[in-house]
Amino acid sequence: MIRHLLSGADLDADTATEILDTAAEMATVAGREIKKLPALRGRTVVNLFYEDSTRTRISFEAAAKRLSADVINFSAKGSSVTKGESLKDTALTLQAMGADAVVVRHPASGAPHRLANWVDGSVVNAGDGTHEHPTQALLDAYTMRARLGRLAGLSVAVVGDVLHSRVARSNVLLLSTLGAKVTLVGPPTLIPVDIAAALAPGTDVSYDLDSVLPNVDVVMMLRVQRERMNDSYFPSAREYARRYGLDGPRMRRLPEHAIVMHPGPMNRGMEITPEVADSPRSTIVEQVTNGVSVRMAVLYLLLGGNNR
Amino acid sequence: MAYPPAARSSPPRQPSVKVILASADVQRVVDRIAHQILEKTQGAADTVLLGIPTRGAPLARRLASRISTFEDVAVPVGVLDITLYRDDLRRHATRAVGPTQVPSGGIDGKRVILVDDVLFSGRTVRAALDALNDVGRPASVQLAVLVDRGHRELPIRADYVGKNIPTSLAESVKVTLVETDGTDEVKLYGGTTS
Repeated sequence: MIRHLLSGADLDADTATEILDTAAEMATVAGREIKKLPALRGRTVVNLFYEDSTRTRISFEAAAKRLSADVINFSAKGSSVTKGESLKDTALTLQAMGADAVVVRHPASGAPHRLANWVDGSVVNAGDGTHEHPTQALLDAYTMRARLGRLAGLSVAVVGDVLHSRVARSNVLLLSTLGAKVTLVGPPTLIPVDIAAALAPGTDVSYDLDSVLPNVDVVMMLRVQRERMNDSYFPSAREYARRYGLDGPRMRRLPEHAIVMHPGPMNRGMEITPEVADSPRSTIVEQVTNGVSVRMAVLYLLLGGNNR
Repeated sequence: MAYPPAARSSPPRQPSVKVILASADVQRVVDRIAHQILEKTQGAADTVLLGIPTRGAPLARRLASRISTFEDVAVPVGVLDITLYRDDLRRHATRAVGPTQVPSGGIDGKRVILVDDVLFSGRTVRAALDALNDVGRPASVQLAVLVDRGHRELPIRADYVGKNIPTSLAESVKVTLVETDGTDEVKLYGGTTS
């Protein structure tokens, strides 16, 4: 069993499938009166968040608490980080407090990889810069499998700001491991040259959303990340929405069974219209629910046994 | 499920093997337990059978099917995975979690009969009682096992026992079932073949 979860590439098909299967069992706990399992009693999980987050932090917190772990939430705001403490010193502090796992979100790509060298516990990447977000990819895969019954052979379009998207990178890695075919769609300025080949051979790139839609099982809309955009990647928000936004007429060109996903938070009216976001095809709320089960599975598989 | 650590239950290099129950015996024993359940529960009303994976699950289904053959009552059957409630999780590499299926009627107020293949230390049953506690509040809990091999480490006993097998700690008991292993058999490995 793996010790850290830093990248979608850390998971081979067997391990990823084991996580999804375990998550399916964890999901049954949510339907019970007592939503708690004793598996991680006495273990400490630290949520180390250097970047704002609502759903990911709460999701990890709920997951750890449902497994009876003790949770310490650390956010950079209001901590010694504002006094200039480095990531390493913060890590050593957590180490001294006996953290069994550190769930880290950081604006710098690669920060969780550095952290993994400094602490004895397991490190889970909860999003690092524009690099990776492996648990999001796992919950997306779980949602696809739950809705469509399989992953192998699925055709998945990932649409939008691929350049800045850690969700896209982790999804391409994990989905190709699990046998799905990914097509990256977006304006040329937001799709790095050679990204498909660099991440996973067999991944396609298209700049024309309308030609891709009739042939996909899943369309995953990415958030336009205004906070990471320092240059003009497209002329205007309206033009982006017209060419790459998913609206009602575009949604109706999808195959009957196809689902629409979004990792959240959404810019309604930008990459996705309210009509699509609130339609029965949309899995956006399910993704949040599934996130807790998947993160429970990840924490259990990293911390549940004696894997040191 | 044989609960104790691998070192205690794994057969030695050149094991002496003794068949305790052959295929027909296993079926007779299951039939007897089914009759005993009907007798002791006055017709198995308000009763739920919960099998503990791996081999308790098919045993529970067999008991339910025999009960419905004998008395024409449908007893709800479920599966209760105890992996996350074990007291030795930390001593081994992470264990895969099995399925838990509680019958749609739930277990609140019912008489729950836990079903397992081998009763040994009692720790599996202890974990199952904890797991049950999180699923609901049964009126009472009973235990049915195919084999009781002794060596309890906790104050736990079975209500229905298929076969008592006196063993030494050096020996191990292995139950195979058609559903999981292809044959119905109970074998004793190690020790003397007296």
